[in-house]
Amino acid sequence: MTVAEAPTRPKPIPPIFKVNQGFWEGSKVGELRLDHCIDCEHIWFPPSSSCPNCLSTNIDWKAVSGRGKVWSWIWMHQRYGWAFDSEVPYLLVQVNLEEGPSFVSTLVGVQKADIRFDMPVKVTWQERNENQSVPVFTPDDTERPSGAPFGEE
Amino acid sequence: MSINGAPLHGPTAIRDKAAIVGIGNTNFGAVYRDLDPERSAFDLGMEALRNALDDAGLKKSDLDGLIVVRIPGYTRFAEMLGMPQLRLVNVLEGGGRMAGVALQYATMAVATGQAETVAVVYGNNGRSVGARYGGEGSRTPSPDDTAPYETMYGFTSPGAAAAMMWHRYQYEYNAPDDGLAAVAINNRKNGALNSNAVFQKPISYDEYVNARFIAEPLRLFDYCIINDGGVSFIVTTAEKAKTLKHPPAYIGATYAASNLNHNYHVQDLWWEACQDVSRRVYKEADVTPSEIKCAEIYDNFTPTIVFALEGFGFCERGKGHEWVRGGRIELGGQLPVNTCGGHTSESYMQGHALICEAVRQIRGEAGARQVPNADVVQYNCASPITTATILHR
Repeated sequence: MTVAEAPTRPKPIPPIFKVNQGFWEGSKVGELRLDHCIDCEHIWFPPSSSCPNCLSTNIDWKAVSGRGKVWSWIWMHQRYGWAFDSEVPYLLVQVNLEEGPSFVSTLVGVQKADIRFDMPVKVTWQERNENQSVPVFTPDDTERPSGAPFGEE
Repeated sequence: MSINGAPLHGPTAIRDKAAIVGIGNTNFGAVYRDLDPERSAFDLGMEALRNALDDAGLKKSDLDGLIVVRIPGYTRFAEMLGMPQLRLVNVLEGGGRMAGVALQYATMAVATGQAETVAVVYGNNGRSVGARYGGEGSRTPSPDDTAPYETMYGFTSPGAAAAMMWHRYQYEYNAPDDGLAAVAINNRKNGALNSNAVFQKPISYDEYVNARFIAEPLRLFDYCIINDGGVSFIVTTAEKAKTLKHPPAYIGATYAASNLNHNYHVQDLWWEACQDVSRRVYKEADVTPSEIKCAEIYDNFTPTIVFALEGFGFCERGKGHEWVRGGRIELGGQLPVNTCGGHTSESYMQGHALICEAVRQIRGEAGARQVPNADVVQYNCASPITTATILHR
């Protein structure tokens, strides 16, 4: 396929609303910011205006580690007539963040044969427009400050 | 163990107080082959309800309860039915989990006297109107929508969620690449005995493993059909049931337990929800899994059958992919599963047609696919709202 024939339809991106504004502002500076409850310290995703743990509305945004583990992954082969069709089969992963929340996302910078269940990953970013980048994950080879390999606690 | 510390259940309030007395559906194969963009979910539901009333030997005026599912509104349906005055009436969204929920609500209503005779009516014109379960939605996004956080990666379909769970299962329990073959082949084999099934041709092992991937590791034959149709079943009191045309299919117990998040999938593969339902449904109905003669198992995608067989105690956790092999779930096997062909062969009626099949088996009306002496049958659905119902003679 030549560049001229490449699909031009953009990948979908969630609209920016008050409820998710902090998430997208973080994405512009490469920080994964999630909802955080000032009263009970709970951290959650997707964004909502009250804490699912204690129902407080006393909340702010907190930059999290961006580290997690791959719970599972799949390869999407089906075409639905949209921007992802040119990438099939494309990779989708479920990543459990160190801080608790779980994400559907994708992996970059890894060969198909090297993907493992529970492999440590860290967040990186794919720019979609000037205000929004989406968090994706890449293998995390760094050791944790304690020296303990992540995932053995 | 119990959810949120709540007791397992209170008094056995519903055991055998209600029964399914009428079942009805549309033709599935013919409407699959004849697309009609004006086909109405109301009309499909009405046809199914007429058939269910005939089957029960009831008149529409015998109904005092109506639960419509997927049909867009109860008001219009009640008006079309000419039954504006009812005692229990509502609509449930068009999700596969709702068949068991509709049966649960109808049973509760009948057992507690909120209504005497409740019709559950399901209508689905999804294929004709181009319903899709993947790709970009057409809805105007709202701040409360969470789907866009997955759509932005190209993750949209429940099948992708099932694939995510199955892949993890394969890792945790060492299930091979063909670990779902027996399940997919069984559904098609049973569908071949069902003259109303959309797909009546069996598939071979080679056809299964060589079919294209949709959401790898799931293949084409792991996926439900998308087709139009209507289904209805009627629940009434045990006393009234005894006076009607067919032997009643008594509702020994019916329970639900949820595990809800913004993803469809959950990381325990519905285990806790199935176990919570199991502890209550078997106790109240006073049966064990080994006494169940056949199981009609909600199967949007084939992994759900394996998760349900384990979660509802038919086999050991993690062993379901081995347990289903060797004909054990086929007709003539230890536990025939989805005798009508299920969602990959008969029809994608989001659970409702499986409930009707359970009733046919109880009555001994299933013809070539009848399980001998099917005096106890289970319908179950492992999903965000997990349900199980024990029906018996």
